[in-house]
Amino acid sequence: MRTLLLRSIFKGPATMEGPDAGPQAVRELVKSLDDLSRRVLGRSLAIREVDSGSCNGCELEIHALNNPVYDLERFGLKFVASPRHADVLVVTGPLTRNMRMALERTWRATPDPKWVVALGDCACTGGLFAESYACEGGVSEAVPVDLRIPGCPPRPIEILKGLIALMDAASRTGTAARLSRPAGHSQPG
Amino acid sequence: MLELKRIALDAAAWRERAAALGRGEGELYALFGDDDHVHMVVREPELGALEMLSIAVENGRYPSVGAAHAPAIRLERAIRDLFGYEPEGLPDTRPWLDHGVFKRSAPLGAGGAPREAEDYAFLPAEGEGLHQIPVGPVHAGTIEPGHFRFTANGEAIVRLEERLGYAHKGTETLMRGAPLDRAAQLAGRVSGDSTVAYQFAFARAAEQALGVTPPARAIHLRALMAELERIANHFGDFGAICNDASFPLIHAHTGMLREQVLQTADACFGHRLMRDCIVPGGVARDLSEEGAAQVRALVADVGPRFRKLFELYDRKASLLDRTVTTGITSAELVKRFAPGGYVGRAAGRKFDARHDLPYAPYNKLLFKVPLLTAGDVDARVRIRAEEIRESLSLIGQILDALPESELCTELPAANEPREGMAVVEAFRGDVLIYLRLAADGTVARCHPRDASWFQWPLLEAAVEGNIVADFPLCNKSFNCSYSGHDL
Repeated sequence: MRTLLLRSIFKGPATMEGPDAGPQAVRELVKSLDDLSRRVLGRSLAIREVDSGSCNGCELEIHALNNPVYDLERFGLKFVASPRHADVLVVTGPLTRNMRMALERTWRATPDPKWVVALGDCACTGGLFAESYACEGGVSEAVPVDLRIPGCPPRPIEILKGLIALMDAASRTGTAARLSRPAGHSQPG
Repeated sequence: MLELKRIALDAAAWRERAAALGRGEGELYALFGDDDHVHMVVREPELGALEMLSIAVENGRYPSVGAAHAPAIRLERAIRDLFGYEPEGLPDTRPWLDHGVFKRSAPLGAGGAPREAEDYAFLPAEGEGLHQIPVGPVHAGTIEPGHFRFTANGEAIVRLEERLGYAHKGTETLMRGAPLDRAAQLAGRVSGDSTVAYQFAFARAAEQALGVTPPARAIHLRALMAELERIANHFGDFGAICNDASFPLIHAHTGMLREQVLQTADACFGHRLMRDCIVPGGVARDLSEEGAAQVRALVADVGPRFRKLFELYDRKASLLDRTVTTGITSAELVKRFAPGGYVGRAAGRKFDARHDLPYAPYNKLLFKVPLLTAGDVDARVRIRAEEIRESLSLIGQILDALPESELCTELPAANEPREGMAVVEAFRGDVLIYLRLAADGTVARCHPRDASWFQWPLLEAAVEGNIVADFPLCNKSFNCSYSGHDL
């Protein structure tokens, strides 16, 4: 273990040195995410993930965001265990009817201001499952969606870009719009 | 190729077969509904082959298999929900996949008015000082939706009951009537972590139905993708299990190994999970010379690095303290439920579809099927580690043997009803695809059976008597698919 730790220290960070992530683009991405997140939320954006019936492909790529290569937390973006701690709900899956109530309750338990990201083709439109008797056909059928990140599943780098776009939009429109939601929608369920 | 032997049984013979399963003769491999029929796939370990037994449903009823053989119960609850058939004598008639909110009931059968939602009656656990802990369907971590109802006495778990179905998307209904290519896409979205394995199995079932053989290069590329998928998932699981035992260092390193596999897959096949790369008839993506070199470089790099991580695991008393003797699956239950994958192989069930229901190109490749008997979290970790080593060797063998040929065989028209069945070993265990085509070539019925069906119930048993804090460890060591099970 000592060898492993020492080697990690002297080898330098593994972060964002993937062969195909495009080092230049990644550096730019890192910079813009950093500036924006600091401006809008004081370097802190808490994300709660909700799987509304995905095939688990999107979850795999969300996991990847936490690996040392993407290292999401250095941007102040982090996944939290409860919707009550969250600013953003990242929702995957075509919104199965069996999951609708759970998603709505999770949304209501998230304090304002809050944003919802529909992640993956299924969450955006229902994808291949849009017409099913068991699906609602996209997250926006139950909760207001602020951002869509398409892909089946989107690559981790695309998810990062999407989160930047969200913060960009939030910094321009401010949080007023979100705060003015009907009171009934912001009560914990 | 797997022969599809289909035998029609009358009610008496069907009951006798169910009773035989209950006595431990043969293994239940799959059980699913069809138009006016229910099919049971049974494996006789001595004979090796699979048998498909069919019974005609009369007046919407057929004799329950679960009445005599417990592993069939959830499968029959699903048949009841999706087809509306009544398995006579089924000991547990609570709805399973239909939570009472579908747009219609019995979606694969006659269809009807939506079922009323009702409270789900969890099984009781009574005694002084017991308390319940409900968990899910939205979990604290980034995992799939499912509900776990724990009854605990202090720290010790007295009973765990799973309630699944939250990820039910109606996949089988969407497949019905779909053209082959769309059904293949749906097969690749049954369980995202096994997208290659599912599309591999679907393609083989379609090819068997249509009587074609894919080109040699396609066969090899399929296996290459399947092994890349296996090591990516095993790396992820190995790290996540260590992480749940509060050892994030290994998790950080396996995270990088997994990332490297996915980036290589992306560079070679244009998709990190290699989704939609396998199609009926062959493969949609070729491997270039540079791609092959990248895969070889990957194997040379990750192999030694993983070996070091495993040595670290093997030497850390604090880690082993958490994994050894935790979450034991008993030999008796493993024999009865016949779980596939590392759950079975860590507990004395030596079955690997690549070896026991061999398919090309594995019949020409050399690999060992690791076997342990302890049945605890540690054994499931060790089986994965062994399998990573075997898969890295397999990838080398596949690249050495990679022939030049076309990538895809043209599929002939069906012209008449046809059927096929294929089993592929996914990282989690064997997946089965049963496929029936109509004369116009569209899908008349497709049933994907995930390995999780026979693993989920064992998780309930394995955590009994363990402390609540060890549940994530046990759950991760099983890593059952919610979506693959819920469909």
